Amino acid sequence: MKISRNEVEHVAKLARLELKEEEIERFSHQLSAILEYMDQLNELNTDGVEPTSHVIAFTNVFREDAVKQGPWGRMRLSGAPEEENGHYRVPKVIE
Amino acid sequence: MTIHEIRDQLRKREVSAREVTQAVLRRIEEVEEKVHAYLTLTSEEALKQAEEADRLLAGGGEVPPLTGVPLAIKDNLCTRGIRTTCASKILHNFIPPYDATVVRRLKESGGTILLGKTNMDQFAMGSSTETSSFKITRNPWDLERVPGGSSGGSAAAVAAGECIAALGSDTGGSIRQPASHCGIVGLKPTYGRVSRFGLVAFASSLDQIGPMTRDVADTALLLQIISGKDPYDSTSVDIPVPDYEQALIPEAKGLKVGIPKEYFVAGMDPQVEERIREVIRTYEALGALCQEVSLPHTPYALATYYILATAEASSNLARYDGVKYGHRTPEAKNLLEMYCKTREEGFGTEVKRRIMLGTYTLSAGYYEAYYRKAQQVRTLFRQDFQKAFEEVDLLLIPTSPTPAFKIGEKVDDPLQMYLSDIFTISANLGGLPAICLPCGLTREGLPVGFQLMGRLFDEATLLRAAYAYEQASGYHRLRPPI
Repeated sequence: MKISRNEVEHVAKLARLELKEEEIERFSHQLSAILEYMDQLNELNTDGVEPTSHVIAFTNVFREDAVKQGPWGRMRLSGAPEEENGHYRVPKVIE
Repeated sequence: MTIHEIRDQLRKREVSAREVTQAVLRRIEEVEEKVHAYLTLTSEEALKQAEEADRLLAGGGEVPPLTGVPLAIKDNLCTRGIRTTCASKILHNFIPPYDATVVRRLKESGGTILLGKTNMDQFAMGSSTETSSFKITRNPWDLERVPGGSSGGSAAAVAAGECIAALGSDTGGSIRQPASHCGIVGLKPTYGRVSRFGLVAFASSLDQIGPMTRDVADTALLLQIISGKDPYDSTSVDIPVPDYEQALIPEAKGLKVGIPKEYFVAGMDPQVEERIREVIRTYEALGALCQEVSLPHTPYALATYYILATAEASSNLARYDGVKYGHRTPEAKNLLEMYCKTREEGFGTEVKRRIMLGTYTLSAGYYEAYYRKAQQVRTLFRQDFQKAFEEVDLLLIPTSPTPAFKIGEKVDDPLQMYLSDIFTISANLGGLPAICLPCGLTREGLPVGFQLMGRLFDEATLLRAAYAYEQASGYHRLRPPI
């Protein structure tokens, strides 16, 4: 197995995902099979090859640092599960 | 009916926008319970928009090209005031406060009618529309089969006459593969041609929005409206948008068409191969010069794609945490628990699988071996394409190795499901424009499509070659029996 149960649990923690018992088992098998398939890239010699992050060469786009109304205006809180005084409200962070 | 046919009839006053819209809504009433293409229908708004379109028409003068044309929008494109779910529970209640740029452009073009939002694979992750949290869309050609994915709802709606045309999105074939399975035309534009602002991000370096239509002329019309630089998407490119309707010349004489030999290997359904061989003969008869070319890294496309796409997805989907919008678990004692439970409850299995895969390949110790390696191989792909396009104007390849498969056939085997994208992902890796169009039916009556791939920002040549084939073959006029 390329990726063990422990590793699945560790990655789930990094991804902030709570997995069910049977998902841990299933993902361990399925992810291993997929990663083994991906290993075929090791057949290729890529020494000195520049990585491509985007196919079109982009440069940074700068603009004046001026306050402007975004296209969604004051509606940014419209989807908030909980809000208070114009802020997002979340459960307790510090005990 | 196509966009341009409706446009001609509206201009001659043979029909009103209201009548067109009512006819499409009747069709939806008739077949939607079998096809399940839509997640949200906005029939009342559509009728109001139709009245507005009729007012525009009555005003005389220049009539915008989409006036009075009922369209459908994939549910990962934000629509102001209309639920946008990405077919995921985690966004089941999300009502965007703004329009995606493509939606805004459709509306601003004047007199456009929006019928609703179409079903898809959850977060566009899938090739069959079966990973939707809400419903299974069926292929109008055979209700036991999938419509393809991830833009399966849009493809099925166009094919079944539940809209005149639709927008989809394509990260690894999500416009072209369902277009192929449903017998319609679908175009993935060059990366950067169309603004992605308001498209719910899946893999940002690969995603593009594009038209799904009944013929090539309609694709040209829609592409015209959605293309161009957008200040809200810094990856949209400021290159002038040509007049795509001008490109619709039914001539392929002298066009150099490359047939990459790596795409004609074992594993392709013999009937699909038969259809593609016929397409090549048609192009030769039209005077195109078909020649074999080589894209040697093709066998590595799938592995490269699934490393890059899942890595980018794991990062993009970090935003669904129950804080700003969408689902939040009702039972969490602290913040960390809220994140984990919200995501566990909201995401479907395929989405979790890809987040896991992407998180793994980006995690400490694996980044170089997977993500960076895949980005390097992506450079090798670009070099393959550059070399090929020195010799030829276009590449001609199949869209999918098989016709539409049965519902449930591949859901338990993710790798098999991924393999159905094998012919479409290279266009995304190369950022190249690619169009899928119908090339007839199998003996069982299932549609088969083929692809043309062009140079960066050369949609015009793609459209011209596609139009020439379509006019010569007439396969775009085939309709499903439903």
